[in-house]
Amino acid sequence: MNEHYVLHVNGRDHEVTDAWLGESLLDVLRERLGLLAAKGACEQGECGSCSVLVDGDLVCSCLVLGAAAVGRAITTVEGLTERGTLTDVQRAYLEAGAVQCGFCTPGLIMATHDLLDRVPEPTEMEIREELAGNVCRCTGYGRIIDAVQQVAVARRTGAGPA
Amino acid sequence: MAVVVPMSLREAVDALAANPGALVLAGGTDAMVEINDGHRRVGHAGSPEVVVAVDRVAELRSWTLDPGGSRLTIGAGVTYTELMEEPLASFVPALAEASRTVGSPQIRNAGTLGGNLGTCSPAGDGLPVLSALDAEVHLAGATGTRTVSVHDFMVGVKQTVLAPGEIITAVTVPLLDGWQGYSKVGVRNAMVIATASACLAVDQPTRSVRIALGSVAPTIVRAPEAESFAAGHVDWGAGHVDPATAGEFGRLAAAAARPIDDHRSSAAYRRHAIDVMARRLLERAFRGADPT
Ligand SMILES: Cc1cc2nc3c(=O)[nH]c(=O)nc-3n(C[C@H](O)[C@H](O)[C@H](O)COP(=O)(O)OP(=O)(O)OC[C@H]3O[C@@H](n4cnc5c(N)ncnc54)[C@H](O)[C@@H]3O)c2cc1C
Repeated sequence: MNEHYVLHVNGRDHEVTDAWLGESLLDVLRERLGLLAAKGACEQGECGSCSVLVDGDLVCSCLVLGAAAVGRAITTVEGLTERGTLTDVQRAYLEAGAVQCGFCTPGLIMATHDLLDRVPEPTEMEIREELAGNVCRCTGYGRIIDAVQQVAVARRTGAGPA
Repeated sequence: MAVVVPMSLREAVDALAANPGALVLAGGTDAMVEINDGHRRVGHAGSPEVVVAVDRVAELRSWTLDPGGSRLTIGAGVTYTELMEEPLASFVPALAEASRTVGSPQIRNAGTLGGNLGTCSPAGDGLPVLSALDAEVHLAGATGTRTVSVHDFMVGVKQTVLAPGEIITAVTVPLLDGWQGYSKVGVRNAMVIATASACLAVDQPTRSVRIALGSVAPTIVRAPEAESFAAGHVDWGAGHVDPATAGEFGRLAAAAARPIDDHRSSAAYRRHAIDVMARRLLERAFRGADPT
């Protein structure tokens, strides 16, 4: 494979032309494609701030080799909704005060969507276990758990748009 | 640098035959940490010249049950998330339990059993289970295939018998008839590398008890004296173990550990943890008719 490849991100093909082939998907998204939602902090899978979906699976984009993700469907926070609109999870994070500095938020939004798709009504223990791969240094997690629970309730009662 | 993405085992083996020094990349949860780190510290110089990314090799991503239903072969590319799902979780419950302790959902969605073997850390959570089950590891290379016992596969800390250009294709484990479970101690409850761990597996028909220990020696170790002691002293008929037997089992298991002091823990604490975990695992396996 030469140093030019195409990634399918958020429903569109993106050409990657000037990347070193050893670059992580995180670096390619941020540095080559200008998609800045996924954040880089630990670059060793510990913090979850770079979480994205690859073929529907939640993974740390820092641990994915960009050039090996050719042909996969990659989804970042930018691809969750139309520009300028928010998902129910994003709104709940804002309403519950689960966003402080915001650095971890894109990763947590991806992880929360993934969690609620698999477990529509998680218990607090399940939320804590499932979000263990996303580190937040501001909130102490209480309001994050509140936000997840609010979405679960709203989806069950039909109180908010899905 | 070049990146090859084979779609079949044949293509993967051929790619490795052509580049025996290539890095095999599965879920990347160990290998990408190294690549990112090497890149940060030494620029591109520390990176492999060829990467063979095997995460789309169908043969590695599947599992098969033998016709008699007694042996399960799990592809090297099966992820921890998949090992936690049915029916695999019921076939090998200890492997599902061990998988649940690995990292986070993000890590379990990517990380594979083959990668755990490839890394061969004494703290690898899949490895005590494979050891307790006397798993066979299947390898393929340009010159053919071979099968080695997991005990022989693991040579030392991060050292295996894998030859350059060779790939792990699968592991085969027996489906035992009896309780099995995995226990792990770390500094917190999630996202943690094992300070000490143990897998216990019982086979009722052969009245055998196996226990394998993690993070307490250069590779996973079994505790044969503890195993034969338990087999001879539990009440197989009632499925019960008395406290004295469980206590002695714990002591014998701890005696088989050869732990070291390091930045994560002391040898004494690791030995103590094995004692407690082994005792509790045996008590869970043989809690008698009591339905609780
Ligand atoms: C944040 C974090 C938390 C973690 N927590 C745990 C934990 O709790 N417990 C635990 O055990 N591990 C843990 N790990 C380590 C890692 O997830 C596991 O060891 C995992 O099994 C590695 O699998 P992989 O598919 O990602 O391997 P890779 O990183 O792709 O490869 C690992 C090694 O194995 C080799 N390899 C992979 N597949 C093959 C194959 N088919 N044939 C030959 N060689 C191969 C590679 O060349 C490389 O040397 C953690 C890692 C991270 C980043």
